[in-house]
Amino acid sequence: MPEKSRNALPSPSRRGVAALAAAASLALLATACTGSARSGANDDPNAQTTIAFWHGWSAPAEVEAIQANIDRFEKANPNITVKVVGNINDDKLNQALRAGGSNGPDVVSSFTTSNVGKFCSSGAFLDLKPFIEKSGLDLGRLIPKPMLDYTQFEGTRCALPLLGDAYGLYYNKDAFEKAGITAPPKTWSEFAKVAEKLTVPRGDGYRQLGFMPNYHGYETVVDHYMAQWNHSYFDARGKSNIAKDPAFKKMFTYQKSLVNSLGGFAKLERYRNTFGDEWGAKHPFQTGQVAMQLDGEWRLGMARDAGVGFEIGTAPMPVPDDEADQYGKGFLSGTIIGIAPQSRKQNAAWKLVKYLTTDTRAVVSFANAIRNVPSTFAALKSPDLKVDPGFRTFLDIARNPASNTPPASVNGSTYQTTLQDFGYQYESGRVKDLQAGLEKTARQIDTDIAQAK
Amino acid sequence: MSAHTLRAKRRRSALRTAAFLSPWLVGFGVFFAYPLVSTVYFSLMKYDGFGTPVFRGPGNWAYVFQDYPLFWPALRNTLWLVLVMVTCRVLFGLGIGLLVTRIRTGTGVFRTLFYLPYLAPPVAATLAFVFLLNPGTGPVDSVLEGLGLPAPGWFTDPAWSKPALTALALWGVGDLMVIFMAALLDVPREQYEAAELDGASPWQRFRFVTLPNISPIVMFAVVTGVIQTMQYYTQPLVAGKVASGIIGGSGQQFEPGYPDKSTLTLPQLVYNLGFQRFDYGSASVVALVLFALAMAFTALLMRRRGGLIQAGDRP
Repeated sequence: MPEKSRNALPSPSRRGVAALAAAASLALLATACTGSARSGANDDPNAQTTIAFWHGWSAPAEVEAIQANIDRFEKANPNITVKVVGNINDDKLNQALRAGGSNGPDVVSSFTTSNVGKFCSSGAFLDLKPFIEKSGLDLGRLIPKPMLDYTQFEGTRCALPLLGDAYGLYYNKDAFEKAGITAPPKTWSEFAKVAEKLTVPRGDGYRQLGFMPNYHGYETVVDHYMAQWNHSYFDARGKSNIAKDPAFKKMFTYQKSLVNSLGGFAKLERYRNTFGDEWGAKHPFQTGQVAMQLDGEWRLGMARDAGVGFEIGTAPMPVPDDEADQYGKGFLSGTIIGIAPQSRKQNAAWKLVKYLTTDTRAVVSFANAIRNVPSTFAALKSPDLKVDPGFRTFLDIARNPASNTPPASVNGSTYQTTLQDFGYQYESGRVKDLQAGLEKTARQIDTDIAQAK
Repeated sequence: MSAHTLRAKRRRSALRTAAFLSPWLVGFGVFFAYPLVSTVYFSLMKYDGFGTPVFRGPGNWAYVFQDYPLFWPALRNTLWLVLVMVTCRVLFGLGIGLLVTRIRTGTGVFRTLFYLPYLAPPVAATLAFVFLLNPGTGPVDSVLEGLGLPAPGWFTDPAWSKPALTALALWGVGDLMVIFMAALLDVPREQYEAAELDGASPWQRFRFVTLPNISPIVMFAVVTGVIQTMQYYTQPLVAGKVASGIIGGSGQQFEPGYPDKSTLTLPQLVYNLGFQRFDYGSASVVALVLFALAMAFTALLMRRRGGLIQAGDRP
């Protein structure tokens, strides 16, 4: 291009630049206002309406079971039509709740119990207190305490439990008999002996491993182990307690000793890499690669569906020797359900939430269908609840007052992920000094929480 | 011509230019300028997607650089991949390009075979590699063990996870092969003939004829490779998740960067902070770091390119 004509190109004026900057600022402010949590429940619950219910279930049997409950709800409430959207994970849910819009959900659910703190504190889920009061529900008489605890955060009840999960010990009864073991272990010292006894080496690997203790062994994560110790993640000031509460040090030390006694971290990891998918038929407990497994109540049905060739035993996970009176407790979690704050049909949405979480027939039929633990006292006692001896173990764990789950936090499960990450480093030997590691991890947890506030 | 007429003519000219430029201006404004300004704005705010952003000043920057434990490992990994993976891909792509331009028989078959892996969807390709390189059940380690060679842990070993990702990237080098092949076929034959007459060895012909001619393409491959690697997300995420064995059950925690943060990259942090923790401020900081790095690398390479292009353009 000739020099002259290049110079003839107009340069942006200052006024133009200022106008552009102003437009950008306005656009920024407009963006900043999206996803506002403010909303009101002023819809007529008896009006003809359609509400959207987003849930995470995706297996055909689960989808069918939730649809059966929805059909019953629609029959009882002919003015409300429910549009059901399945296979929604927390990422999709969070993004939709923030984006807002008329096509968003009215009733929302999540499998991630540990995200309740984030949902309640950010306003992603609506505070249900006014609805509960209006309906005259006495939650304490309806729902077990641990489930009530994990569905609220710092006094804000933004969710209700929709069935629960209880974690216990699965064991291969045939392998037990072969090894001359007559009963499941009740304390951690017994457990270590049983795990060693059940371990059958083959070459530099295993023909059968007593128990996969590594934190990547599917459900053998830090918080599931911790549930068996008397512990407190946070102190009274809300600061991380993991370096001060001796229970954490005891758990990490015990798990590491288990890793060492069963062959060492590297050997166990090599063996772990031969395991099939946790959610498929080739799960190591189902294939007989491990003789004991820490898992949720759903494993019973999955293992039977996979057609395992041995008898399955269930029991609570062991407890420390000096806390033997606590035997029977376990880790709890579950699906939570709430209302989207952007919903313009909050009263209709509450009708569905109330039905799914407190109607005994709804809770029992859904629990029977997807083999989860019912989340109300009435459903737990219902004669319609299908209970076999294996499943009863988990119902008892769910009812045990000492059963527990990590407390909700403003940044969701981030603190658990941080602690879990420390667990990987400690079990693999990359971190040697346990106390110093726990102190560093506690500082990190506090910093992350401060950043989220 | 009066000053008034001249001004009116200039204004019309400016308006015409602006009209022709408007599609680009709209695209640039909506898809680049606005997001960039927004990212800078949000990097100074506390914002979780609800309510109004609250000014936090440099707090997010301090958190990311000082307190966020995943930032420095992710930055180191990203730089490792930029230096090693991009270099390997360019050299390997050039090597394959040279090979397929010299093959006399079955040219079409070989070109297709080398190009096909590039068409495999990244998730499927990564899953296949994790399966092939599984230290417990994968055929690669079985063969290595059969030969009496050490069998690495690949995606389960922090020391081997990035080389395994590099191997995956080399397998899908078909895009570069095609570009290099086109450039190599475009080198004037007479220059090779002249060099041969002057007694140049094969290496000298490559060094003084081929390389100067294809240097702009080499630079293009490096610059686009660097930018792509800065955005490297799918393969390390899938590899880390699948190799960890934790592929997401009900409410399970996500551990990014398995094993031992060795497959963490900066784009994963943007997702983790922005769309899992909903800490948009810190996510914006990481996005800006990525932007600055991409700009710095590109500027550096473009400065080097000046000399290469001149050499290539020399008649």
